[in-house]
Amino acid sequence: MFSDFFYLLRSRGLDVSLNEWLTLMEALEKGLADSSLTGFYYLSRAVLVKSETEFDKFDGAFLEYFKDVQNFEELPKELLDWLNNPKENPDNYDAAQDKKNLGLSMEEIQKMLLERLKEQDSEHNGGKYWVGTGGMSVFGNNGNASNGIRVGGVSQKRRAMQGAGERQFKDFRDDNVLGTRQFQMAFRKLRQFSTKIDALKTELDIDSSIDETCENAGNLKIVYQKPRKNSVKVLLLMDSGGSMDYYMHLCSMLFNAVAKSSHFKDLKVYYFHNCIYSMLYTDPTLYPGKWVETDWVLKNIGSDYKVIIVGDASMDPSELYGRSYYNYGARTDVPGIEYLKKFKGRYKHIVWLNPMVETGVWRTSYWMETYNIIKSEFDMYPLTVEALDKAIKKLMVAK
Amino acid sequence: MDTNNTFNGSSDYVASQELMRAANIAIALEKPLLIKGEPGTGKTMLAQAISKALGKKLIIWNIKSTTKAQDGLYVYDVVQRLYDSQFGGEGVDDIKKYVKLGKLGEAFSSDEQVILLIDEIDKADIEFPNDLLWELDKMEFYIPETKETVSAKKRPIVIITSNAEKELPDAFLRRCIFHYIQFPDKELMEKIVRVHFENLEQKLLDEVMDTFYWIRGLDINKKPSTSEVIDWIQALEIGGVPAEKIKEEIPFAGVLLKKNEDIDSMEKSRRRFKF
Repeated sequence: MFSDFFYLLRSRGLDVSLNEWLTLMEALEKGLADSSLTGFYYLSRAVLVKSETEFDKFDGAFLEYFKDVQNFEELPKELLDWLNNPKENPDNYDAAQDKKNLGLSMEEIQKMLLERLKEQDSEHNGGKYWVGTGGMSVFGNNGNASNGIRVGGVSQKRRAMQGAGERQFKDFRDDNVLGTRQFQMAFRKLRQFSTKIDALKTELDIDSSIDETCENAGNLKIVYQKPRKNSVKVLLLMDSGGSMDYYMHLCSMLFNAVAKSSHFKDLKVYYFHNCIYSMLYTDPTLYPGKWVETDWVLKNIGSDYKVIIVGDASMDPSELYGRSYYNYGARTDVPGIEYLKKFKGRYKHIVWLNPMVETGVWRTSYWMETYNIIKSEFDMYPLTVEALDKAIKKLMVAK
Repeated sequence: MDTNNTFNGSSDYVASQELMRAANIAIALEKPLLIKGEPGTGKTMLAQAISKALGKKLIIWNIKSTTKAQDGLYVYDVVQRLYDSQFGGEGVDDIKKYVKLGKLGEAFSSDEQVILLIDEIDKADIEFPNDLLWELDKMEFYIPETKETVSAKKRPIVIITSNAEKELPDAFLRRCIFHYIQFPDKELMEKIVRVHFENLEQKLLDEVMDTFYWIRGLDINKKPSTSEVIDWIQALEIGGVPAEKIKEEIPFAGVLLKKNEDIDSMEKSRRRFKF
């Protein structure tokens, strides 16, 4: 009966599956929605939405679908104030009245509310007809009626429309998160097993056990070996700010995927702007002071690290070749290209990921010049799931 | 709805209406309840509270980065069997003797309905949740060594917690009922604190709440959460700090903030606001 709602959710970008929808139907049959819109709101959210980042989308769609219930004119302030302070909550549940109320459609209730607002000129608490607190009428706050519109007040018997209307999950809405999993799956391939590392011998070595047992005249002798562990260490260098702002979304997705891949033995992340100069920043905000010397990195981060550079490689040629260049609080006398070459010389496994899409516009621009130079120096891959796979394969074999 | 299996919070756990709703939906639909939320909002406590409220046994399966799905089902102790066979020990023929059920197996084979808590599922390998799809759906698994199928006598109530360190696979999510625990607002927080400290002075509590939410509003790396505020109040009580001094001095700030940078930036903003 709600199938429109299902399609609306899907069209608003919520990936609701038929299975989940059927689960919701089952839940409704079991009466889990408490025959109220509030109940239905929380029930459908718990069953259909699986991430707090999607709650806002859901709230939006929910409001849209049930919007006709929502639009009543703004209420007078006095009325709201009084409704927010319930004076009493008498034990006045009236089954007959509730049954009558349940027969009303939301439209009727709304119409009644508007009429009643026109008629009403005083406070009413505990009654069946007027807008009031603790009563059995379909409007008001803290009442005992099963359905109806909550006017003012907070929490407890909060009615659904208001709940969704507050859109309190707006902050969580973070479309960036979508798709990290695909990237993460690609990074899983970046592993190399080693038995040379220092670890306790905890795994049964079957072959050696058989050999040793034979040597031992058939008396069992168990041999253990070191477990296989991933020994891949990663150095991630990311371009930040300026022209990279266009790709922030994509880059933060990549960053999340790398940061969440717990299988690396070690992960180091540094930031630069446009090109690598004498300093590498430890923070994407590129504050002067939050940095380390590039030479320190080259000296201290072993050549067995696999290096991933992320950047659009688009800059003014002078930024790549200039001898004296001032960059985010750090002076440099060595041209950026030299630093890039130093990295290339030190690390056997190094790839460049480029979030920029090659388009006609870029091709003619002078930024294309540096792009081509850097591309000729490094193995450059566009930042897509497919190309990332290739780049990682490349990282696993020596250049 | 089966009223015997309805969760309404417990004497030492304050649950929001929405959380109770989600828990009851999951119980009624016999689906795993996935709980996400900031660390310290009582995700793990929830399972304990439900177990207490419904009077059912709680089985906890703590997930670590090395945990494999298989560990939860059963472990076949080959080495022990090999050793035993050397000495012709009794019962070596009986493979069953060497098959030990894991936490999931334990929950399935229990005669009474139990609560199974799979704690911090996101700590494990990214493929881990997918390896459990069948087992959580059908509530059964097969042990090839003994040619036995272990299936749940009474479907356990499954509660899964996640700190969102990793994305969970879609196929897994689709089978769960989801609830996100929001950080409690002042009102709910006061209730929670009251559960732990019955005789706390209102004045002290007010000061604590003001200071606590002020600190949470600062730009710091690791925001203090419920469990930290409870530790803090304990420290304040033991230290006998008068209520007026709390805002002024913020004593025992180390209980709330675990990072040096955070304490520094709090001190800075404190001076600025002249608390």
